[in-house]
Amino acid sequence: MKRYIARLMVVGFAGAVLLGTAGTAAAADELFVPVLVYRTGAYAPNGIPWADGFVDYLKLVNARDGGVNGVKLVWEECETEYKTDRGVECYERLKSRNPIAVNPLSTGITFALTDKVPADKIPLFTTGYGRSDSADGSVFQWNFPLMGTYWNAADILIQHVAKKEGGSLKGKKIALVYHDSPYGKEPIPLLEERAKTMGYNFLKLPVTHPGVEQKATWLQIRQERPDYVFLWGWGVMNSAAIKEAVAVGYPRSKMYGVWWAAAEPDVSPAEASGAGYNGLALQHSAERTAQWHKDMLKYVYDKGNGTGKKEEVGDVLYNRGAISAMLVIEAVKVAQAKFGKKVVTGEQVRWGAEHLNVDQARIKALGFEGMLQPIQTSCTDHVGAYKARIHTWDGKKWSYSSDWYEADRKVVSALVQASADKYAAEKKIEKRDCSKAQ
Amino acid sequence: MTRRIGIVVLLALLAAGLVAPVVLGAAPGGFYIEVLLGGLMAGVLYSLVALGFVLIYKASGVFNFAQGAMVLFAALSMARMGEVMPIWASLVLTFGIMVVLAVLIERLVLRPLVNQEGVTLLMATLGIAYFLDGFGQTIWGSDIYKLDLGISKEPALILENVFEGGILVSREDVVAAATATVLVTFLALFFRRTAVGRALRAVADDQQAAQSVGVPLNRIWTIVWSVAGVVALVAGMVWGSKLGVQFSISTVALKSLPVVFLGGLTSVTGAIVGGLIIGVGEKMAAVFLGPWMAATFGVAGGGIEDWFAYVLALVFMLFRPEGLFGEVRIDRV
Amino acid sequence: MIYRENGQFKTSYRADQQIFPIVQDRVLVLGLVAFAVVGVPLLAGEYLYNAILVPWLILSLAAIGLNLVVGYCGQISLGAGGIMAVGAYAAYNLFIRVPALNFLVVLLLAGGAAAAVGMLFGIPSLRIKGLYLAVATLAAQFFLDWLFSRVGWFTNYASSGSVSTPALDLFGVSIAAPARKFLFLVGVVTALALIAKNLVRSSIGRAWMATRDMDVAAEVIGIRPVHAKLTAFGVSSFYLGVAGALWGFVYLGSWEPLAFDINMALNLLFMIIIGGLGSILGCFLGAAFMVILPIFLNRVPSWLGVPLSTAMISNLEHMIFGGLIIFFLIVEPHGLARLWAIAKDKLRLWPFPH
Repeated sequence: MKRYIARLMVVGFAGAVLLGTAGTAAAADELFVPVLVYRTGAYAPNGIPWADGFVDYLKLVNARDGGVNGVKLVWEECETEYKTDRGVECYERLKSRNPIAVNPLSTGITFALTDKVPADKIPLFTTGYGRSDSADGSVFQWNFPLMGTYWNAADILIQHVAKKEGGSLKGKKIALVYHDSPYGKEPIPLLEERAKTMGYNFLKLPVTHPGVEQKATWLQIRQERPDYVFLWGWGVMNSAAIKEAVAVGYPRSKMYGVWWAAAEPDVSPAEASGAGYNGLALQHSAERTAQWHKDMLKYVYDKGNGTGKKEEVGDVLYNRGAISAMLVIEAVKVAQAKFGKKVVTGEQVRWGAEHLNVDQARIKALGFEGMLQPIQTSCTDHVGAYKARIHTWDGKKWSYSSDWYEADRKVVSALVQASADKYAAEKKIEKRDCSKAQ
Repeated sequence: MTRRIGIVVLLALLAAGLVAPVVLGAAPGGFYIEVLLGGLMAGVLYSLVALGFVLIYKASGVFNFAQGAMVLFAALSMARMGEVMPIWASLVLTFGIMVVLAVLIERLVLRPLVNQEGVTLLMATLGIAYFLDGFGQTIWGSDIYKLDLGISKEPALILENVFEGGILVSREDVVAAATATVLVTFLALFFRRTAVGRALRAVADDQQAAQSVGVPLNRIWTIVWSVAGVVALVAGMVWGSKLGVQFSISTVALKSLPVVFLGGLTSVTGAIVGGLIIGVGEKMAAVFLGPWMAATFGVAGGGIEDWFAYVLALVFMLFRPEGLFGEVRIDRV
Repeated sequence: MIYRENGQFKTSYRADQQIFPIVQDRVLVLGLVAFAVVGVPLLAGEYLYNAILVPWLILSLAAIGLNLVVGYCGQISLGAGGIMAVGAYAAYNLFIRVPALNFLVVLLLAGGAAAAVGMLFGIPSLRIKGLYLAVATLAAQFFLDWLFSRVGWFTNYASSGSVSTPALDLFGVSIAAPARKFLFLVGVVTALALIAKNLVRSSIGRAWMATRDMDVAAEVIGIRPVHAKLTAFGVSSFYLGVAGALWGFVYLGSWEPLAFDINMALNLLFMIIIGGLGSILGCFLGAAFMVILPIFLNRVPSWLGVPLSTAMISNLEHMIFGGLIIFFLIVEPHGLARLWAIAKDKLRLWPFPH
């Protein structure tokens, strides 16, 4: 018996080696989009709606428009579990299929891929996350932190609380409760910079992955009594933070989450006691009735092709996934128009992403009216939009609670410049001359 | 004798650390008590998970790394079935599932591995943990699920006239701590007063001797693993209602590891006392020691609770390898 | 028939003590190395290098490191991830602070740093053993994770806590291209694996194994347990440190402390269980298994026409890993390496049954 098992195992193992090592290439008349997601593990509750939104939007474009100008989109998901090394592995695995763009959905993975994409000529779309300094397209040619970086986010939050305090934050205390990873650490330089000029006390409170245990952190908050708490968490850390805030009696209305800490999975475990909690909205919130939502239900879900649950369509993170996919497709369209080809390469899509011009008319045509502000990118500016507003959880749903703010470009771009120049010097990258780029 | 001096010095140091914040005036009294209470309540929960470890280790010599996965699995089962049936029915069903799981583990994993070394068995439970993580998420999904036990989440303010600002106590924590205390007492009685309990202690003492006087080893193992499953279920309910049922609650078990080793692998008392020491110690360290370290060494503060418990347990183990209450083995190293 | 040792006589102790006493084995191994150096670059695409060969070689090296302490010396360690992190961060700091150093020197020094830290955390093994030691090594793992994420000096005060490595070169030759990376790794790993193989065959390796099999008896015959255990931790940590530096520099290129967390430690443990405790060959087999299985699970269902969801694949991966660990522990505690040995025994007679 043992002999046969042994034999079987050896044969099986050899077979696995052979099968596993063989690669597959994309067909010539398709556009391939790798989808790095996390549907299991500690961050799955937040990863699933984003992934569903992203994939559903690709499905929608195929079903409604017959692809991008007639070219079908194909994609393959790869599970990263929000781990950097698995993300790199996924990237290496999928890049042989000539992807037109990569969306890693993790700032840590973004950091790792930033060094790899220039050689592979694949643009790195990090819609609403990623390296803040990659806003500078002259150094980070291949990174596109579209719609907003964490430095913009931190700046807008500071503007908001300053407004609440009547314009001055002098002598106030602001605590940052952050996920102890590249993602959570991103806003620190800006908040420190602003602390110098605006005179508030800045308190850093890191929370270790996955962030289940935060009692000590919140006891410290109870002791220090900061005027505001900014929450830069992801996954279970956000809901745990809100629950601990309840437990130590910190008012939820003084808490502000970044746009990744302001979605349904973050607040729903706390339910009614989370009411009053504020979050930054990356232009959009939980809209459900835009034209593309109706199309989504009509072309995808009513045909039984939906990736997730029907009720999920329009959740905050679902919308963000869809917007991320939409921006990739917009870049493809720009590239198709410029290069006169239907099947574009990653390099051409990069050009497209650098020349995005999604104005109000275009937003309306795409069916995203009311969810987006115009986005216009250029060689020097890979972000394209600087606006955001606050939305607040009332125990059942998110609703907007502020006007639009615009990040102070002077403050942010000074930081971006310094950091990007340092990166360029470290990596011996020659800056592009953006006045000559076309 | 030297060992005893070492352990006494350590305990004295701990006690000194405990009162230091008050003596040095680092904290107002009310806040200090809040931290202490927070630590105690976290400690009770650690004890609960640690108890699962101790029971299994005593009866079968297995260090069950899968305890965390069992907590997750139990909580997932209960929350997901609770969506379609009343909560008590789901509780009963989950209980049944945990018993079935115990039987399966005993049959498929433990029995073929009988008489293997502790380390081999540890690795086998790592296998069980991986399997359960995947299996649980396959059946029940990986999203976040609600487990509402109907406890108010708003904190209560007590002793307002004694301390300035009063003391905040989370009702959820109190209920959790009370549940854990009841369960711990019940289990202690169960193993002390009932025939099954006696048989278990016999097995723990000497497997072969117990078997020769007619104690059915396999049945005892099944019972013990079922009890561990129930402990996991209670822990899962408590953590699940606190954080929502999701993958991360399986990491709670990792936090209870040092508890077991501090208290002693073979001692129920040890699990309880160890849990309290670790719970209070790590909260005190994180709240008072962390900021001090940040200020003194320029380290970005916080987070020392991740390793504080382990290092504490490690230091104790150097002086007393069997833990505070564990039985002393004469064993050359 | 082909694999038969008839007629191969050993006329000296030297011949008898070779690593591969049978000619066919020697030819096979040399052939494999030659194929790796000459054949693979002709055949392999970038994908094969980056997704499979590079991680496989580095993980094999790390598995060898862990196997030395767990498989050969019998001291269970759950802190391998932390030790790898020491190697990676030591290499990073050497690299940016002393830019003149050759990368090979950096690797050796990184291994040395890891060895020092590993021996420090190996000290508890002199007092405690078995499960208790597992917890002591876990303490090391958590402490090191914390250290690297909180003390800014280690990451050169990178605001994100993530470090990224400059382009590598060796004696003026760039090793950024996948094929070069692979050749470089083949060199490093072959050399270190050979040293490891010889080490476990030498007196020190025998001391480790004696300590593993029965520490009291080992002490009676004159083996110093302190020496044996600490050298095992030291050498093992050296290997882990070099592997960590390679993982960071050659494979990831940019990393954060989470890349070396407890999951890394557990994965390495699985590799050596599945590959074979106390076997150098097993490390390569186990690492290959761990690298290929996820890719395999990803591919096969769609070929068979039953596409599985991403979540399902990931869960299946967990279940299969878990199941296989239990399976191997029960059916074949010596892992794939033992199966290989059985296969070789069979081959001696094949195709004749007797």
